[in-house]
Amino acid sequence: MNRNSRRRYASTAWLVVTYALTLLALVPLGLVLWFTVVKGLPPVLHPEFFTNAFRPFGVPGGGISHAIVGSGILVGLASLMAIPIGILGGVYLAEYGIARWAAWVRLASDVLVGTPSIAIGLFAYALFVVPVHHFSGIAGSIALAILMLPIIIRTTEGAVALIPHGLRESGLALGLPRWRVSVQLILPAAAPGVITGVLLAVARASGETAPLLFTTLGNVLFKVNPLTDQIQALPLTVYQYALLPYKSLQDQAWGAALVLVVMVLAINLLSRWVLRRQIRLAGQL
Amino acid sequence: VASAIETTPTSIPPAKRVPDRFRAVMALVAAVAPVILVVIVVILFQQAVPAVRHFGLGFLIGTVWNPVTESFGALPAIFGTVTTSFMALAIAIPVGVAVAIFLAELGQQAIRGLIGTGIELLAAIPSVVYGIWALYVLAPWSYEHLEIPISERLGFITYLTQPAVRGLFNAALVLAIMILPTLTAVSRDVIRAVPRGLRENAIALGATWWETTWHVILPSARAGIFGATILALGRALGETIAVTMVIGNRYAIPPTIFSPAYTLASVIANEFAEATGTLYPAALIELGLVLILVTVVVNIVALLLVNSTSRDARLTA
Repeated sequence: MNRNSRRRYASTAWLVVTYALTLLALVPLGLVLWFTVVKGLPPVLHPEFFTNAFRPFGVPGGGISHAIVGSGILVGLASLMAIPIGILGGVYLAEYGIARWAAWVRLASDVLVGTPSIAIGLFAYALFVVPVHHFSGIAGSIALAILMLPIIIRTTEGAVALIPHGLRESGLALGLPRWRVSVQLILPAAAPGVITGVLLAVARASGETAPLLFTTLGNVLFKVNPLTDQIQALPLTVYQYALLPYKSLQDQAWGAALVLVVMVLAINLLSRWVLRRQIRLAGQL
Repeated sequence: VASAIETTPTSIPPAKRVPDRFRAVMALVAAVAPVILVVIVVILFQQAVPAVRHFGLGFLIGTVWNPVTESFGALPAIFGTVTTSFMALAIAIPVGVAVAIFLAELGQQAIRGLIGTGIELLAAIPSVVYGIWALYVLAPWSYEHLEIPISERLGFITYLTQPAVRGLFNAALVLAIMILPTLTAVSRDVIRAVPRGLRENAIALGATWWETTWHVILPSARAGIFGATILALGRALGETIAVTMVIGNRYAIPPTIFSPAYTLASVIANEFAEATGTLYPAALIELGLVLILVTVVVNIVALLLVNSTSRDARLTA
């Protein structure tokens, strides 16, 4: 075999390896989804799984309604805090991005995205649980909001930066003040991209367990007042039930995991669709 | 006539410059991000003060963790965090870079899009779902089909003995899956940013696809891929729930790569809610402080690397 054909064979071999490793990377995704569906479907098929709250081991008819409603409350409150601040922060970065302060904000957001969520949980504990001497839903919501904030800031910045300069300049040329250009002209044009970021942040927050462990702590009861009560959340249910030695509760953990995965993937696919529309729209502007 | 000219103003007065209040308000709102970051570190430090005072720097090298006698040392947890993360990187880097090469330059547009979406969905799946899957599916499978065969065949290496369902190796395995999307997405962008001319030059000189990729593309993307690796390392260091569920939770420096161990984040997750007294919770918060300081530094280094390479690429393109 001469040198050149050896080189060609080597190249083909490495090409095959690259393809094989790419396929290998998709295997875990398939397996996680497959097992979540197979193990999570049987409990989910009982209607009382969605209508009832926790029942102790041995008592039939237990469900996760308290966790679903609780997750809704926790993530909803976190969104109320994180979305306005995040969007305004993102618009600031896009509109005044060259300012030195903007560079710091950008760096802080990127670092915050990579900050361990358990540390954010500790922080929320120290600041919002210790002073009042009890765990509460609101402390968990604040921890989730801190997680969501940098995601919204950075995606909003990206979406606003996509808007052509002409739009901004025409607004300014008509004599509109800066804030009206930003808020009434640029932001609506960038809306789909901004919504994408918000959806991604909501999906991320819905799936987080670590920041909730010592803030809202969880609850076997159906509780809804975030100021006074510990509130259960879906990811907490998966975590707590999965580690219990009871088969029926482990099954419920898989069921809750399935609900969580369906929700998170649905939000992700939705955001993808919104984003694709945004890119098409931006192309037309 | 001359006097008339002198009395009329010679120039239009400059428009009064309106202070940009909007900008100031926005800058203030945006300040929330850096302020929160600083406040998190300050608060954790303040909460950890009792432990910092009591143990000093010895905390970092102590190996005992005993809430009853209130003696705490962080070394086993630091060891576990670092080992699982680096083992995860060792597993994930070849796969991640291969996928990045595929997404950047191989495959048809449609297939590329599909696989790219798949990898990104991998990032969307919550940590706790990986946890329950690893606990009931991955760890038992890996114990039977990876750990036992490896320890039987390579058992003469002490570090490859004592297979266990829950331990370092299985935690690293699930971590590798979880950091793959970060590694892939950033590496793909960096590889894409390599100027097209470089590749064309190599092909024009008669290099094969692999020679071009290995000797031209990857070296010029090296710093960026390194940045992606560091970014993934940051994610791995801080990952909590999935690791907690499969690492085995034993507070000791593990004798083999399969043995049960503990990580900084897992110790906090498992023990903090039940920690009583002043020294015990303070010691746990100090673990959190160590964790956050390390990840902040790791993240900043990674961001600088990634940003500088994409800037270089723009300049040379």
